[in-house]
Amino acid sequence: MGIVIDKNTRALVQGITGTQGSFHTKLMLEYGTKIVAGITPGKGGTEIHGVPIYDTVEEAQQKSSADASIIFVPAAFAADAALEALENGIKKVVIITEHIPIKDAVGLMAIAKQAKATIVGPNTPGIVTPGECKLGIMPAHIFKSGGVGMVSRSGTLTYEIAAGLTRNNHGQSTCLGLGGDPITGLNFIDTLKMFASDHQTKAVVLIGEIGGNLEELAAKYIADQKYPKPVVAFIAGRSAPSGKRMGHAGAIVTGKTGTAESKIEAFRKAGVSVAEKPNDVSDLLTKLI
Amino acid sequence: MKLFEYEAKTILAKYGIPTPQGGLATSASQAKEVASKLKPPVVIKAQVLVAGRGKAGGILFASSAEEAETAANKLLNVQIKGIPVKSIWIEEKIQIKRELYFGITTDRFNQSYVAIASAAGGMEIEEIAAKTPEKVIKLLINPEYGFRSFHARQMATKMGYAGNQISELGKVLERLYCIGMDYDAELIEMNPLVETVDGKFAAADTRIILDDNALFRHQEYKKRLLEGESELSPQELEAMKNDLAYVKLDGNIGVIGNGAGLVMATLDTIQYYGGKPANFLDVGGGAPSEKTALALKIVLSDPNVRALFINILGGITRCDEVARGILEAKEKVGVTKPMVIRLVGTNEEEGKRILTNAGIHVLESMEEAAQRAVEISKQGDK
Repeated sequence: MGIVIDKNTRALVQGITGTQGSFHTKLMLEYGTKIVAGITPGKGGTEIHGVPIYDTVEEAQQKSSADASIIFVPAAFAADAALEALENGIKKVVIITEHIPIKDAVGLMAIAKQAKATIVGPNTPGIVTPGECKLGIMPAHIFKSGGVGMVSRSGTLTYEIAAGLTRNNHGQSTCLGLGGDPITGLNFIDTLKMFASDHQTKAVVLIGEIGGNLEELAAKYIADQKYPKPVVAFIAGRSAPSGKRMGHAGAIVTGKTGTAESKIEAFRKAGVSVAEKPNDVSDLLTKLI
Repeated sequence: MKLFEYEAKTILAKYGIPTPQGGLATSASQAKEVASKLKPPVVIKAQVLVAGRGKAGGILFASSAEEAETAANKLLNVQIKGIPVKSIWIEEKIQIKRELYFGITTDRFNQSYVAIASAAGGMEIEEIAAKTPEKVIKLLINPEYGFRSFHARQMATKMGYAGNQISELGKVLERLYCIGMDYDAELIEMNPLVETVDGKFAAADTRIILDDNALFRHQEYKKRLLEGESELSPQELEAMKNDLAYVKLDGNIGVIGNGAGLVMATLDTIQYYGGKPANFLDVGGGAPSEKTALALKIVLSDPNVRALFINILGGITRCDEVARGILEAKEKVGVTKPMVIRLVGTNEEEGKRILTNAGIHVLESMEEAAQRAVEISKQGDK
C-alpha cells in the first residue's frame, strides 16, 4: 500500500544517461524499483544498467507500457520532457530537476490537470514507499516500512526527520517530497487526502517551510474535515528574514505572507501538534499513536 | 531578480503603457539637463532596490531644473536604508485624480498566475487587502488562453469605470500582462496605477521582479545582475555565481549545510538555543571540496562570525568525502575560527575518523552541535 507508487509501478527514467539520471537509476534498481526503460534523445538502441534506452517516450511506451516517469533532464528542457510523458499516456510524473521557470511549471500543471495526471515536484527528492518502490534520489537506508505518511517541501530535512522516525521505530507508509518550488504538482491537501484513504497510513508527518500559504490551507483543511488521522507538523524558517529567498525558489517571506509564525499558528489552531525542532517530531508522534 | 524603476518603466513605455515623461541621471548636472527638457514640477527618485524608498527620503520634488540639480546632488550623496544611490530617475509630476492598483503574481494553490486589481492604490497591496478587502479584485488566469481583452475589461468595470474608460484602462492591464509573460516576471505591478485629471491612465510607479530561474531567457538582465548593480551583497553575488545559496543575517554563528530545508532548520535550532546565525548557506548535494572551500570563504568573509557550524546530512553523499573536503577547504581557506561539525550518513564512521584525526570534534546530533556552537559564540561576551 502507501500512496502514488507501489511494487507494481513500472517507471521510465527521462534523462537516464546524465550523471544524476544514471547514478540514481542504479540505486533505484538496487532498491527494487521496476525501471522498464530510459530515454535520452540520440542514444536509442543502447542500454545502461541493463535498462533499454529509447530516443523518445513514444517508442519506449510501445515496448515497455510504463505508468510512471522520473525526470532528470536540465531545467530548460524539463517541462518539455514532462509534457512528452503526459502526451504518451503516463499518469505519474516525478520531476527531480531544480530551477524550472515558473511560467513553464504553470503551463505544465494546467495540462497535467486536464490529463488527470499526478505530478510530484519539480525540485523534489521524489517519493518512496519503503520496501516497495523508490522513484527518487533519497538515501534508501534511512526509511523502513510502517504506518507514518510523510509529506514535505524539503529534501535533506525530510531525511533528518525520517531517520529520527526510523530510529524510534516509526516506519513509513510513503514519504513524498512536494518540491521546493513555488509551483508544484501535488500540494499538502492532495497528499493528506491520499493518506486519509490509505489503510497502511496511521498518522501523518507534514514538513513545511516559509513561503506561500499552502500550509495554512492544509491546516484549514485538517480542521474543516476533522482529519481522521493524527498529524504532526514541523515548519522550517522561523529565523528567516522577510524578502530573502532561503535556498528553495519557493522559500521566501513576502511582506507578512508566508512566515513560519503564521503557519505554526494555523496548525496549532487546527489541533495539529507542531514540533519545535526536527528531533521532536518523533516524540510527538509517539504521544499520538 | 528585482528590476530598477527606470528599467521597469522603460519596458512599460516600450509596450505602450503611459508612464510619466522622464530620464535617468548619474550626476547632478545630468539631472539638471534631464529636468530642463521636462515640464515642471518634477519628481527626483533614487534608484535603489529597497522597499519603502519614499519614507526613507529617497523621493524629492523640484519646480525647476536648478532645484532638480540640487535635489539630485543631495540624493546622490546619501544612502537609502544603507544602500548608496548611484543613479536617479527624474520625471514629470502627473496630476492624479485617483490612485489604483494592478498587478500579476503567482497563485501557488491554483498553480497559476493571478491578476489582482484594486480601486484603492498607493499602498502595499497587502495593506489594501487588510484594510479594504472588499476593494480587492482577483482573477485567476487560465494558462491556456491567458489574460484576454475581455478579462481586462471585466476588471476595469469592477474597478468602477464605464464608457470609453473601460477600454482605455483595459488596454493598460492587458499590456502589463504581456510584459509579465514576455519577461518571466514572478511579480509585476503598477502601484499606483493612476487615473489622471484628464481621465487617462498611467503607471506612476511600477515594480517588476523577474523569475531567477528564467534568467537564462533574459541574458541582458542576468548580465546586469552578475556584473553590474544589484540588490545582492558581494557575498550573495559570489555565492550565486557558484551555484550556492547564501543569505546574510545579522548574528555571529556562520552556518553551512546541505539542503535548503535542513539549513533553515539549523538556523532555527541555533535560535532556539539562544544563538544568532550569521548567515544561511546551502552547499547543495555532493558538496565537493572546491565548493566547500568556497562556502567557507564566503561565510568567513563576514567579520561578525565567531564560530562555524557545519551541518551535513550525507544521504547519498558520502561522509568520508565530505570530511576530506572540509579538511582540504580548511587548509585552502586557512580557517582560524572554532568549528563545530555535525556529520551523519553513509560512511559516517570513516568521515568522523578523518576529522577527529585532524583534531576536529565531530558531533552526531544536530541539537547537541547547535548548543555547542551557541556556547562558543557567546565566549568572551562576559
